[in-house]
Amino acid sequence: MKYLDEYRDPALAVKLLAELHATATRPWAVMEVCGGQTHTLVRQGIDELLPAGIRMIHGPGCPVCVTPLEVIDKALAIAARPEVIFTSYGDMLRVPGSAGDLLGVRARGGDVRVVYTPLDAVRIARQHPDREVVFFAVGFETTAPANAMAVRYAADAGIGNFSVLVSHVLVPPAITALLDAPDNQVQGFLAAGHVCAVMGWTEYEPIAARYRVPIVVTGFEPLDLLEGILMAVRQLEQGRSEVENQYARAVRRTGNTAAQEVVRRVFRVTERNWRGIGPIPTSGLALAAEFSAYDADTRFATTGVRTEENPDCIAGAILRGTKLPTDCAAYGTRCTPRTPLGAPMVSAEGTCAAFHNSGRRPAPSTVEEIG
Amino acid sequence: MCLGIPGRIVAIDDRADPADPVLGTVDFAGLRRSVCLDFTPAAGIGDYVIVHVGFAISQIDEAEAAKTLAVLDAIPDVWETELGPEAAT
Ligand code: SF4
Repeated sequence: MKYLDEYRDPALAVKLLAELHATATRPWAVMEVCGGQTHTLVRQGIDELLPAGIRMIHGPGCPVCVTPLEVIDKALAIAARPEVIFTSYGDMLRVPGSAGDLLGVRARGGDVRVVYTPLDAVRIARQHPDREVVFFAVGFETTAPANAMAVRYAADAGIGNFSVLVSHVLVPPAITALLDAPDNQVQGFLAAGHVCAVMGWTEYEPIAARYRVPIVVTGFEPLDLLEGILMAVRQLEQGRSEVENQYARAVRRTGNTAAQEVVRRVFRVTERNWRGIGPIPTSGLALAAEFSAYDADTRFATTGVRTEENPDCIAGAILRGTKLPTDCAAYGTRCTPRTPLGAPMVSAEGTCAAFHNSGRRPAPSTVEEIG
Repeated sequence: MCLGIPGRIVAIDDRADPADPVLGTVDFAGLRRSVCLDFTPAAGIGDYVIVHVGFAISQIDEAEAAKTLAVLDAIPDVWETELGPEAAT
């Protein structure tokens, strides 16, 4: 219970844990999908406070981690062009491509800029009509509406020197792919609160019914996670498989319809390759035909990019939840947040970075026990 | 980039053109940023919203905003990642 005194409401945490201990009669494996939730779980040691047998599997919900290598390599090629101002969310800058990262491109003279909202990228395009401004449009359903809106504004304002390199991913098809995998161990899911704030949870209902898995929409503060886990375990113990909402303060069943509408208009659903996992049908967004003029991929004809993953990195197994970062030979030695070999060590939302920031050390006996 | 930070709307800008984004100023525990309010049309001055990459995506109440802020504080670099370098404290 060493971490409990750090909780906002330790008494409630103790109560939720006691309830969880009273509820769990068998081992269960529950996956938290969101990288922010992974961070809270590992940092607060929640996974270590759970009843024996209740195991958290850390899911692929880190947008930085799952952006495929070929897209990073395309970004590097585009960003190196002299006429381009390449704009990106900051955490993409250190993601290793086949040969270096965006910070390296900047060091070699590329104009690579961090923006905090895609509207800033549009503003830069307006200020520099003589340059080509490209925005790296990555992320889950939470970032898609903002990125879609940036494209729509650029189109409405007739800004011709703006384009986007799109690599959006969608959560429900990834959950389905994980459940279809022959080595799947996940029996219940905590769905990411902010993805659902945008999308609602109607898409999860057929998945819960078809695969008989409970899915609990969960926030990402420690008490949210404890309650979400309790709700999932309770369903598992009772043989229920429903979608429940722990994060009622921010999420409604139908989500944010204004945000969904602009996503539907600007993007179309497509197959997407997930770094470390491979292609998943209908799991990505690409620009709709109406907005194809804003596609950086075609504007800069980045075909022929050849990719090469670091052979030491086991990111694929980590993102599928079949291995822990501490199982990786490079973890904490050759691979650290300062010198990441793979994407899950780059962003604070990545599982390897969450483990490393919390000082998790390889513990073979523990790994065997839960594996 | 995927977390989202709660803040309070303190101003809503006038728009020159109705096609322009609805922008406002949101206060994040003392730090103020311009935020697009297109996705939360019902939120007004004084309301709390969850802001993600410069867009409000959901309206929440004040007590819940405070809870979420407490957990975000524990995540390294979260302010800088979500709000910009001036936000690093
Ligand atoms: S520790 Fe580094 S090398 Fe190992 S799986 Fe994680 S990111 Fe890849």
